[in-house]
Amino acid sequence: MSTETKEKDTQAKAAPTVESVDDVVVRFAGDSGDGMQLTGTQFTSTSALVGNDLATLPEFPAEIRAPQGTLAGVSAFQVRIADYDIHTPGDAPDCLVAMNPAALKKSIGDLKQNGVLIVNTDEFHDRNLKKAGYEVNPLEDDSLAAYRVHKADITTMTFRALDEMDLDSKAKNRSRNMFALGMVYYLFSRPIETTIEWLNQKFAKKADIAEANIKVLKAGWNFCEITQQFQVRYEIEPAKLQAGVYRNIMGNSALSIGLVAASRRSGLPLFLGSYPITPASDILHELAGYKSFGVSTFQAEDEIAAVSSAIGAAFGGALAVTTTSGPGLALKSEAINLALMTELPLIVCNIQRGGPSTGLPTKTEQADLLQVMFGRNSDSPVPVVAASSPSDCFFAALEAVRLATQYMVPVVLLSDGYIANGSEPWRLPEIESLPDLRVEFRTEKEGFTPYMRNPETLARAWAIPGTPGLEHRVGGLEKEDVTGNVSYDPANHDHMVRLRADKVRRIANDIPPVEVVGSESGKVLVLGWGSTLGAITGAVNEARSKGLDVSRAHLKHLNPFPKNLGDVLRRFEKIIVPEMNLGQLTMLIRAEYLVDAQVFSKIEGKPFGRQEILERIEQTLEG
Amino acid sequence: MVTETTTLKKKDFQSDQEVRWCPGCGDYAILSAVQAVFPELGIPKENFVIVSGIGCSSRFPYYMNTYGFHTIHGRAPAVATGLKLTRPELSVWVVTGDGDGLSIGGNHLIHTLRRNVGLKILMFNNRIYGLTKGQYSPTSEVGKRTKSSPVGSLDAPFSPLSVALGAGATFVARSVDVFQPHLKATLKRAAEHEGTAFVEIYQNCNIFNDKAFSYVSDKEARSEDVVYIENGEPLLFGREKNKGLRLSDGEFEVVTLGEGGVTAEDCLKWDEARKNPALAFQLAQLDGGDFPTALGVLRCVDAPNYEQGVISQIRSEEESHGDATLQDLLYSGDTWEVG
Repeated sequence: MSTETKEKDTQAKAAPTVESVDDVVVRFAGDSGDGMQLTGTQFTSTSALVGNDLATLPEFPAEIRAPQGTLAGVSAFQVRIADYDIHTPGDAPDCLVAMNPAALKKSIGDLKQNGVLIVNTDEFHDRNLKKAGYEVNPLEDDSLAAYRVHKADITTMTFRALDEMDLDSKAKNRSRNMFALGMVYYLFSRPIETTIEWLNQKFAKKADIAEANIKVLKAGWNFCEITQQFQVRYEIEPAKLQAGVYRNIMGNSALSIGLVAASRRSGLPLFLGSYPITPASDILHELAGYKSFGVSTFQAEDEIAAVSSAIGAAFGGALAVTTTSGPGLALKSEAINLALMTELPLIVCNIQRGGPSTGLPTKTEQADLLQVMFGRNSDSPVPVVAASSPSDCFFAALEAVRLATQYMVPVVLLSDGYIANGSEPWRLPEIESLPDLRVEFRTEKEGFTPYMRNPETLARAWAIPGTPGLEHRVGGLEKEDVTGNVSYDPANHDHMVRLRADKVRRIANDIPPVEVVGSESGKVLVLGWGSTLGAITGAVNEARSKGLDVSRAHLKHLNPFPKNLGDVLRRFEKIIVPEMNLGQLTMLIRAEYLVDAQVFSKIEGKPFGRQEILERIEQTLEG
Repeated sequence: MVTETTTLKKKDFQSDQEVRWCPGCGDYAILSAVQAVFPELGIPKENFVIVSGIGCSSRFPYYMNTYGFHTIHGRAPAVATGLKLTRPELSVWVVTGDGDGLSIGGNHLIHTLRRNVGLKILMFNNRIYGLTKGQYSPTSEVGKRTKSSPVGSLDAPFSPLSVALGAGATFVARSVDVFQPHLKATLKRAAEHEGTAFVEIYQNCNIFNDKAFSYVSDKEARSEDVVYIENGEPLLFGREKNKGLRLSDGEFEVVTLGEGGVTAEDCLKWDEARKNPALAFQLAQLDGGDFPTALGVLRCVDAPNYEQGVISQIRSEEESHGDATLQDLLYSGDTWEVG
């Protein structure tokens, strides 16, 4: 219901009723310069501290400052908070904040019927309407009749709140996002103290800016309270999460911390060679801040130098990592094969984005699976590990390090833009529960040859420069097994190609079996990998609660597959594989197990929603 | 961990691998010089690492009984940088060629030089692609007829030393494969330099580009047409040291001592530590034709060393947050407890 009430009438209005809801989706949308990411992050932090379960989906334009007011310049942040265990940031918002016409135009189609819409009317002037492609002001026709519209002169009221402050108008204008945040805090009964504390810390050296933002934040709250903007306010109780200490974590951050944890658990200094690329750069930024943990970060001149420097570091005995996204991975291919050939441990993190070529840098996709499997010359298998949620990036990093160092092999860790920038509450693990990753360098001279192997893992010994008596040469030319001498012998080459493949294949003995959630056999299995976990879990849970015969399984290891995967797949009549690509895991599964797995593709630069997977399950059961 | 270094001999650095360069290749002479110089550097054998790219020169590590890494085309400086940042105590030598270092790997070379990583880079310049059987290289002269340029190449060549100087190199030198005493002395100077030492070595490819450097290495030329740079001394050359290089209107000119009252004092006194690299650049450009070719150390200046900078940042952060544990890191930020 629209609230176009004039101020003088507001005193007559009744105080809103408070309704308790179990889950709510809020989207903040505005111009790139409107601070929507920050606003969304604050709402998220506050909700995390309140104890809700949550999931976030930031969405920003590829351009740093796209032309103001245009559709291309819209930046949005969606967050879902709940009093129970949730798995996705939600399919459609219950509440949309639109700071300008372009933001409204881009998001209104997603808002639920009867959803709450908060608009900054000050920005709905002719120029902005034109930029957004509106011929008629949507606030003045019937086009928004399906929603509960709350019009607020946010810019005007922001300036009014700061009337007495000695700040330039640019600075005043910049704090208007806090007005919107104050309104949303009021609507969803959130405390504002966390944000006040944060503002005071962030602007510790600019007390006037902190004061202005706090004033505006409170003004937004007070505006709602005094004018009784909303007939209903909402409450979302804390989620009944497992006992423990929690923090809200983004995927790239969890991955960074996971690498530092792996460094501590292995006793190896962490070396990151990287070249900035969206959406992987935040890992470089974060690790650059962990020098106190002995972390060395090297911003190389290009992607090739980044991976090459990491290979040099691995030769020297470091825990060597390179981070990138698809286009960068393409450039690193040759060097990854050098690590494979010299049998050195290397972690290659690929934070996937929409492609091909430059593609959609800020949007998500999981279409590099076949690239990491086969995108190098010759037979060159490498282990592939995929993270399935923001917090899982931490564990995926530890697992990638375990495989790389135990098997002396480059390992690819796949994440993607969705979980890299998305966040969720993370129950922090006990340090003692983390895997022991200690490695031993070879120091014994007696009997040493560079390509001698552990008979079980087939890993060669890691002998690092500076060790007396173990001087040896490695390189990209084919080597004779055991001695490591350059060899063009046909039988040796055949042996080495098979050996390198066998080494990776044997990892299947050292990873857990894939788990089936639901019945162990039945009509439909939904098989997933990577960031689709949340949407699949939500959809399958709902389908099962409706009594549908569907189970799910999720892969952490894409190469090699868990040993029981073939058996699991054959126990179901139909297999659906939701993937943000044209069917890459599907192709691998069909080739490996000769099963009739069917892909469910979504290639829109956006993650799957729960509903669409649920519908696909229902169709499959009917068909 | 340290072995006795004083007893090291040249043969300690010879590997058991059969050397497979073409008979008569200049690489043999360079290998011999390096094997002779390493025992004299006072560095434990296990602390030497040779990192190479791809090409004839890049087979070098296999023939040295040290740690070695034969990497991929053009990337040796990047691999070596990662190694040196991880293990600064190692003596890391990059062996590259004109194709490997200036063509496919040009980017890594210039960035290594500007950072001043403590690597010794030996560029074997034979002005041809040898391992791919004779195409023109980025240092081949214009008009060079090769398999890939049957009517002459059109590309203007790089001067490797000029590229290095342009990239901000702090040590730049040139020598010749067959000038053994000069080459060894130059390698020793390079070994002593704290930052990146770049040494161009004229190397004869007797199969695809024979006598490319005869204007420097022929018996007559080596005494008549070469300026052997000595720091602090005027640039004189010729068997009788009766010719010199003088600056005139900002350009070098060749003068004969005694003619028109010219003395050695009029010739440019070389200062390898000159801050401005412009004169070194000009000297590097003189290479045959009407001018003599300069050999020796053109530039050697002190500058902050990259890996030391990296390490001191880490040490200082470790000291200021010395007790940071994994527990602290995991539990940082806003945390909350669920009962």
